[in-house]
Amino acid sequence: MFEIIKPGTKIDFMGKSKLFFIISGLLVLLSIVIIFTKGFNLGIDFAGGTVIQVRFDSPPKLDLLRENIKKLNLGDVVIQNFGDEREVLIRVEKTNQDLNAVANDIKKALSGSFKGNKFIVERVEQVGPQVGSELQKKATMAVIYALIGILIYVTVRFEFIFSLGAVLALFHDVIITLGAFSLASKEINLPIVAAVLTIVGYSLNDTIVVYDRIRERMRNSTAKINLIDLINQSINETLSRTLLTSFTTFLAVLALYLFGSEVIKNFSFALLVGIIVGTYSSIGIASALVYSIKNIKKA
Amino acid sequence: MKYKFRWAIIFIVVIGSLISLYPINEKIKLGLDLRGGMYVLLGVDVDKAVDAKLDTLVTQIKKDLRNEEIGFNFVKKEKDKIVIALKDNSVDKMKKLLSKNYPILKESSISENELLVEYQLDPKEVQKIKDYAVEQAAQVIRNRVDQFGVTEPIIQRQGEKNILVQLPGITDPDRALKLIGKTAQLKFYLVDDTVTSSDIASGNIPFDDIILYKKVIDKRTGKVIENTPFALKRDAVLTGDYLVDAEVRISSQFNEPYVLIKFDSAGAKLFGEITKNNVGKRLAIVLDNNVYSAPVIREAIMGGEAQITGNFTMEEAKDLAIVLRAGSLPAPVKVLENRTVGPSLGKDSIQKGIKASLIGLILVIGFMAVYYKFSGIIADIALLLNLVIILGVMGMFKATLTLPGIAGLILTIGMSVDANVLIFERIREEVRLGRTALSAIEAGFEKAMSTILDANITTLIAAVVLFQFGTGPVKGFAVTLSIGILASMFTAIFVSRTIFLQLYETKKSRKLSI
Repeated sequence: MFEIIKPGTKIDFMGKSKLFFIISGLLVLLSIVIIFTKGFNLGIDFAGGTVIQVRFDSPPKLDLLRENIKKLNLGDVVIQNFGDEREVLIRVEKTNQDLNAVANDIKKALSGSFKGNKFIVERVEQVGPQVGSELQKKATMAVIYALIGILIYVTVRFEFIFSLGAVLALFHDVIITLGAFSLASKEINLPIVAAVLTIVGYSLNDTIVVYDRIRERMRNSTAKINLIDLINQSINETLSRTLLTSFTTFLAVLALYLFGSEVIKNFSFALLVGIIVGTYSSIGIASALVYSIKNIKKA
Repeated sequence: MKYKFRWAIIFIVVIGSLISLYPINEKIKLGLDLRGGMYVLLGVDVDKAVDAKLDTLVTQIKKDLRNEEIGFNFVKKEKDKIVIALKDNSVDKMKKLLSKNYPILKESSISENELLVEYQLDPKEVQKIKDYAVEQAAQVIRNRVDQFGVTEPIIQRQGEKNILVQLPGITDPDRALKLIGKTAQLKFYLVDDTVTSSDIASGNIPFDDIILYKKVIDKRTGKVIENTPFALKRDAVLTGDYLVDAEVRISSQFNEPYVLIKFDSAGAKLFGEITKNNVGKRLAIVLDNNVYSAPVIREAIMGGEAQITGNFTMEEAKDLAIVLRAGSLPAPVKVLENRTVGPSLGKDSIQKGIKASLIGLILVIGFMAVYYKFSGIIADIALLLNLVIILGVMGMFKATLTLPGIAGLILTIGMSVDANVLIFERIREEVRLGRTALSAIEAGFEKAMSTILDANITTLIAAVVLFQFGTGPVKGFAVTLSIGILASMFTAIFVSRTIFLQLYETKKSRKLSI
């Protein structure tokens, strides 16, 4: 029998819960500090603006391109290679100009700059400022509604204390993932919100499995067993499953990150971070939180 | 076969999935991000539609007052109000007239001497005008797109004043955008020849004149090569509302395309009168406030046909004919959001997506087989079946596969073994407790059940919220994820259980390979 975790493994997770709380607390704090000081690199979905992806026949001189586009007075323009050297991504922050005019101006500037070097416009994405803020609102609401839905479900199936622990653990996962995004200056767009919500669902999945085991043990234990031991036992018993599933999911998403298209890279990055953080929080934080909240209530 | 019934269900599901997948390229539609195409969100400037309605009302009220011989100094639009200044105290007569002919107008204020009366549109009417403008704009755009020839376009009203246009597989997005966004308000104005070019330059023009420009752009360089101002009589003598047809012709003289427009009978009559009364004067043909041409009227034109010339390329002439035929937008539209993906990028995304999926799939399958040996292979069968079912359900609902959708599929590959892992770990526990193969299997499935349900339903909640609040590609992701969760529950709980039971029930002594 192949086993990552040998049966009868008894790691004292609860005993280390203080350490986990400190680590998590620091990570969350650090993430919040990073987010507040560094901010997010909001993609055009939320910030509004224009992104044009162009593919040239041969690698173009980016400096020349920058110069020519600067002449258009479009404000902040970011020009960078995307994937390979022949692909260029031009990003224009929101302007008051008509979206269509911005795109046409850039195309004109391109054909002016590179007479011999043919290019095709592969992608144009433009979001007006109004739509951007609307999408931002919608995305935030989506995350909040998802959390409320989960809160209700867990409360009904388990106990309110469990659902509180689960949702706190989810906040932990979401904040750290967003912190990683802020730190790496990775762009946040609509698909990232989808990724974050998936992390919410995924990490919760792990947590619920542990909770389930705790509930089952509570029901079945005849003798008065110490709650700490009971939680420890439950985490250990589900540990190999938690790690296994996280591992297979990690494998699949890693394939996506390494071999998927450029556009999907940020998305899979969020999932990779989320899977790691989510797995950790399900093992180290979620159940310990339930215990702590119970104790606080008693006190 | 003891489990005939179970096998029958599995068989039906698999065959059903395969059938609903055939032919796959017709059943599973690719999203715009994968097949290339255009997604445009247009905002209709509904306030302009209300404005235009007020303009028409002003003209009509003037006419009615004259007919009833009610003396007035002016009737004019002021922001969202119509202000009427009467000459003498005939306010009761006017009020009666207005309430009879214009029930949509409500008096909002009146001056003390009762000479200055303000009217406002009924808020309900304002809402109606706005609503109608959006509906009509969508209809006009639909007509234009139909004539442009795009397969499977989607034109849909969204929210209060937005219109969503999706054009898959479009090759010339610029042209499409121009065609969709053109207001195409055709108007005919008489040129005021009493105004000289120096008058125009100094701005010294009669109050009932307007200045519009003839703008000619060099097609190769994109530079404006001509920008001639025209002084025109403010009230248009004829509008495109009377138009019934527009087609492209080639002039025999210059071998250049022009657009021939045809009026309906009322329009033809009007056009005939105008040309008859204004021989020798110039008539400006104006589209969206841009003067196309201003030919001199040589004789009365009675046939109800007119030409729009203007240095067109064949393509431009065709597009102009399309927008004229399809009618004008009741209000200008603005591009709020535009996402266009070229076909080559889409192809690249699919190839890479399929490659990533296959690699992920092979890794997970290999891992399961190594870790759980024979049982792992059963889980792998369930996983493959899972994929077939997901694609089958997508085919059944004609769902759209987007790039994030592919990501959802890959994520599902990783997560879908979860239910089996949960079960297998339970079975291992039971085996350790010394149970026989069959009872371990039964206990394992039994005990894992509620965990699987709880764990998956919570993920499903997140997926449903994503679907509800997501747009476009994100919705695609939510769909694949939701279907994936449901399918994996079916395959893990039902399919692998059936396989296990079939294999182990008869041979009680057989050792579990897990």
